[in-house]
Amino acid sequence: MALFWEVTVSLLKGFGTTCSIFGLTLVLALPLGLLISFGTMSKFRPIKAVFKTFVWIIRGVPLMLQLFVVFYVPGFVFGMPIASRFVATIIAFVINYACYFSEIYRAGIEAIPVGQTEAGEVLGMTKWQIFRKVIFMQVVKRIIPPMGNEIITLVKDTALARVIAVTEIIWRAEQFTSRALIWPLFYTAVFYLAFVGALTLLFGRAEKKLGYYKV
Amino acid sequence: MSFLTVKNINKSFGNTEVLRGIDFSLEKGEVVSIIGSSGSGKTTLLRCLNFLEIADVGEITVDGETVFKAERGQVFSDKELRDKRSRFGLVFQSFNLFPQYTALDNLTLAPRLRLDERAKREKMSAAQKREETAKIRARADELLEQVGLTEKAGFYPCQLSGGQQQRVAIARALMLSPDILCFDEPTSALDPELTGEVLRVIRSLKDSERTMIIVTHEMEFARHVSDKVIFMADGVIEEAGTPEEVFGNPQSEKTKAFLAHDK
Repeated sequence: MALFWEVTVSLLKGFGTTCSIFGLTLVLALPLGLLISFGTMSKFRPIKAVFKTFVWIIRGVPLMLQLFVVFYVPGFVFGMPIASRFVATIIAFVINYACYFSEIYRAGIEAIPVGQTEAGEVLGMTKWQIFRKVIFMQVVKRIIPPMGNEIITLVKDTALARVIAVTEIIWRAEQFTSRALIWPLFYTAVFYLAFVGALTLLFGRAEKKLGYYKV
Repeated sequence: MSFLTVKNINKSFGNTEVLRGIDFSLEKGEVVSIIGSSGSGKTTLLRCLNFLEIADVGEITVDGETVFKAERGQVFSDKELRDKRSRFGLVFQSFNLFPQYTALDNLTLAPRLRLDERAKREKMSAAQKREETAKIRARADELLEQVGLTEKAGFYPCQLSGGQQQRVAIARALMLSPDILCFDEPTSALDPELTGEVLRVIRSLKDSERTMIIVTHEMEFARHVSDKVIFMADGVIEEAGTPEEVFGNPQSEKTKAFLAHDK
């Protein structure tokens, strides 16, 4: 029993790190993704091309590889090692997830009928007012299901941080294998399942809350 | 000098000439119906008047003021377009109500945003702003009553019938008191039994101050509500005149064919 508590406490510590990666990535990647989506929808071709290429590269390369790049390249190539493993993880995750989110935003924004924008225009609203007061809430409603999907994937992707030895939950569980204990590794599933379960309920509630109107 | 003068409006999309030299004028309080088959350029003309499209050539004057004069390659800023649009209102075929707002909020949204800007510019006191907000609310209540939807003020668009949605859209267009109110086939997206209520509302708006341009396929309505009828074909005004002239005694062969086909 003492062993069980020892493992649980250790895993909880790791899970704290997991949650930090998750939370910080979400908070930073959600707005950044919106900005990137504006870039990929730009009417100015060079800007559009730059953003599209960027999204292609980030989505086309494994996140694990991106973690290595962010962690090692500044030190090896520029002689400026990155401050911490955790910071490297956040940078890689935010960039990666912002690109995925940007595509969800883009799909959501492009699905809004152009008549909504035109109605705002003939009522004398500015482009920004139209986006903020008319388009955005409709986009949010539309993208909750795909966003929920992507966010749940993020929960589990945090485990990739283990490859640069960030002490998240999987890393912690692996430490016990040196004591010939394999079950802590499987035990981590309970934490993930509980977290994803809570998120699923949350998204369900959000969808319901926005169910009062149809888009 | 007429209240609204439209001179030589031309508009092409790529190689397709949609409008080829449109000229007409309206007096204040006049109602003009624009009829014609699909693809004749009626809707594009309305969109040019509301600056949703920018005409390639032409000039638009309202009340002696030139609001638009095309120069090649001209690009207008957001602000310039807003100023130009302020004289016109547009009711869309597909209503385009904002789904996440109630009927009442659909009416007050744009005026309230405009008030926010004005309050900032003029450094209004909170009390002053509250008073202005109350005015907007009162105006919205008044207009909802005018279109017969007072009891639907708190309803969302998805809870309203098509006819009710279009009546809300008409009230919304009236909130900013445009000099010229345009209707783009206001009943074409409605079930036949719902067109009557919308047409009645449009008819009730007719008064000496309100100039209206109505693109419509409802010939009976056009005949009875209009002071002037314009028949468009292939991007030009084929024939224009009083309803009696155009419907009773059409001169052009194209008009005759169109009206005969419609009967």
